Amino acid sequence: MSEQQHTSTASRPEAVIAARDLTKRYGKTSVVDAINFDIAKGEVFGLLGPNGAGKTTTILMMLGLTEISAGRVGVLGFDPARQPLQVKRRVGYLPDAVGFYDHLTAVENLAYAAKLMGLGMAERSRRIAAALTRVRLVDVADKRVATFSRGMRQRLGLAEIIVKRAEIAILDEPTSGLDPQATIEFLDLIRELKAEGVTVLLSSHMLDQVQRVCDRVALFRAGKIAMMGSVAELSVQVLGAGFVVEVEADGAGIARRLAAIPGVGNVETLADDRFRMTADRDVRADAARAVVAANGALRRLSVDEPSLEAIYAHYFQATPSGGVRDAA
Amino acid sequence: MRREGSAFQGVGAVFVKELSDNISSVRMLMLELLIVVTAMAALYEAIAALRQNTAEDPFLLLRLFTVSQAPLPSFVAILGFLIPLMAIGLGFDLINSEHNRRTLSRILAQPIYRDALLLGKYLAGLATIAISLTALWLLVIGLGLIFLGVPPGGEEIARSLAFLVIAIFYAGVWLSLAMLLSIVFRSPATAALVALGIWLFLTVLWPMLAPAIAQAIVPPDPRFAALGLDTPGTAIWTQLLQRFSPNDLFGEAMLAVLSPTTRTLGPVFLDQIRGAVMGAPLPFGQSVMIAWPQTVGLIACTIVLFVAGYVLFQRQEVRA
Ligand SMILES: Nc1ncnc2c1ncn2[C@@H]1O[C@H](COP(=O)(O)OP(=O)(O)OP(=O)(O)O)[C@@H](O)[C@H]1O
Ligand SMILES: [Mg+2]
Repeated sequence: MSEQQHTSTASRPEAVIAARDLTKRYGKTSVVDAINFDIAKGEVFGLLGPNGAGKTTTILMMLGLTEISAGRVGVLGFDPARQPLQVKRRVGYLPDAVGFYDHLTAVENLAYAAKLMGLGMAERSRRIAAALTRVRLVDVADKRVATFSRGMRQRLGLAEIIVKRAEIAILDEPTSGLDPQATIEFLDLIRELKAEGVTVLLSSHMLDQVQRVCDRVALFRAGKIAMMGSVAELSVQVLGAGFVVEVEADGAGIARRLAAIPGVGNVETLADDRFRMTADRDVRADAARAVVAANGALRRLSVDEPSLEAIYAHYFQATPSGGVRDAA
Repeated sequence: MRREGSAFQGVGAVFVKELSDNISSVRMLMLELLIVVTAMAALYEAIAALRQNTAEDPFLLLRLFTVSQAPLPSFVAILGFLIPLMAIGLGFDLINSEHNRRTLSRILAQPIYRDALLLGKYLAGLATIAISLTALWLLVIGLGLIFLGVPPGGEEIARSLAFLVIAIFYAGVWLSLAMLLSIVFRSPATAALVALGIWLFLTVLWPMLAPAIAQAIVPPDPRFAALGLDTPGTAIWTQLLQRFSPNDLFGEAMLAVLSPTTRTLGPVFLDQIRGAVMGAPLPFGQSVMIAWPQTVGLIACTIVLFVAGYVLFQRQEVRA
C-alpha cells in the first residue's frame, strides 16, 4: 500500500484511523462521548463493552452512515462526512447480523456489491472466485443465500471485504452466533487478513476470542473509552496484577485457604474443583502448600497470561454502571 | 458542502438488479395478471359494442380505449384505477425491505451515495411499469387490428402513444408516493396499508367528497337548479377540488388525448366557444395542449413526492 505523505495530527504517525473528541448525541444524551483513539496500520483493534455502550455507533460514524455530532474522525486521512466515497472505497464493513438478498446466489450477491464498487466484469469474476475459495464457500457459490447458515453468511460477508481489497476491515460482532468451530475458522480468516497488512477493527462480546486476535482493545463504557491498550497493559491497570493462577484440586475449603494467601487479589470458583486466582506475584508454590494443608488432591496448577474475561468482569463489577466518568 | 464524486455512481448497477428482481418476482406476475385480465374483459366488451356500431368513425381505434359497456368501465378507467395498484405493489417495500433484510448498511458501505440507491430503485420500478403498459398497449392495438379490421391511422397511433406516456407519468406519481411511504414506515405492511388507504381515498372517496365540499363553499343557487343546471361557482370549486387527485388529472388528460372532440376540460362561457364547430375533432397538437396542464401536474406531483422521500432518506440513520 502507498506511503502516506501528509502528516496527520495523530500522535502515531502511522495511524489509519484517528478519532478526536468523537461524539454522537441523540437529543441530549451522548451515546458516544468525546472519545479519542488511534489505530495503527496493520493492527487488529478490538472494541469491547456491554450492550449499548456505543460500539456500533462509533463504527457507523467512521463509515459516514450516521452523522457525527461533534469532534472528528479521520479514516486513512479522509473525512467520512465530507469524502464518504473515498472512505468507502477503501474500507470494508461487515455489519452486525449481516443480510444478503436471499433469492440471489452467493456469487450474484457478491457480483452486485462488486458492481457497486465499480469493478469491471473480468476483474469481478476473478476476485469473487478467489474470495469464495478463501472463505471456503466455493461449493455453495451457486446456491441461493436463503439456504445459508449463519456462519456461511458471516463468511460471505468477509468474502465481500476480500473482493473489495479493503485496507481496513470493520467487523461488527463478527463471531456472535457462531459455533466454536466456526468461530475458530473465522478468527483464522481475520488473522490471514492481518497477515496481508489489512487493519482490522472488530467489536465483540466474546472476550477470549477478542483476546486471541486483538493486538489492542478499547473498553467502552456508557459512550466513553474507559480503558485502552494491549491485554497485558489492561490487566495491570485493572487487576493490578499480571498473574492468574488456576488451581484444580479436590478438598474442603480450598477457596477460602487460597484467598488467604498473601498477594492474592480474588479467587473465582470456576467449578467444584477449579479455582482461578489473580495475584500480584507468582503464588503457585503457596497455592500448592495451601491445597496440601487442606488435605486436598492437587491435580493441576497453572499460571496464565491475564485473561480479558477477568479484566472485563473485574472492571465492570468494581465500577458500577453509570457512575463512571472517564476512568482512562 | 460540496460532495466529491458523482451522485449517480452505481445507479446503473442498482437499476439492473432491481429491474431483474421486479420482472422475475411472483408479485409482479400477479399484478400483471390482474391488469391484463381486467383490461381484456373491458376490451372484449368494447370490441363487441364497436362491431355493432356500423357508423363510420375516423377514430375507431381510440374508441377501444374509451368505450364503456355496462357493467364494465372503459379500458382507460380501469387503468386509471389499477395503475396505482401496480405502482404501490412495486414500491411499498423499496427501502424498508432493505432495512429489514439488513442489507442496507452493507450496500451503503459500498462507494455509492444514497441517491444512487433511491434513483436506481425508482427508475427500475418505473421501467417495469412502462414495460407492462407498453405490452398492454401493443395488445390493444393488435386486438383492434384483428377484431375491428381497420389499420390505425398515424394520428390514432400518436394519440395512443400520448396515452402511454401520460399513463407512465401517472404511475410515477404513485410509485414515488409508495417509495416515500417505504422510507417513512419501517414495516412494509404499514406502508402498503397507508398507500392503499390513500389510493382508495383519492380514487373512490374523493370524487364523492369534492362536490359535497364544493357545495359547502358555494351553496347551489336555486335559480340554476330550477333550470336543471349546475351552479357555476359550485361546479368550478368541484372541479378544482377534484384535481387534487392524480386520478382525476389522469382522467382529464386521457379525455383530451383519446377523445379528439374534447375542446375543454373545464366549464366554459358561451362566448368562449363561439364559432367552434361542435363535434369536430381537434388536431393532435391542440389536444395535447389541452392535456398539457394535467400532465405537468402529474410530473410536478411526482417530483414533490420524490424529493420528500429523498430528503427523508438522506437524513435517515442506517443501523443494520
Ligand atoms: N436512533 C437512536 N436514538 C436514540 N438512541 C439510540 C439510537 N440508536 C442507538 N441509540 C442508543 O445508543 C446507544 C449505543 O448503541 P450502540 O448500538 O452503539 O451500542 P453497542 O455498543 O453497539 O451495543 P451492542 O453490543 O448491543 O451492539 C444505545 O444505548 C442505544 O439505545
Ligand atoms: Mg452493536
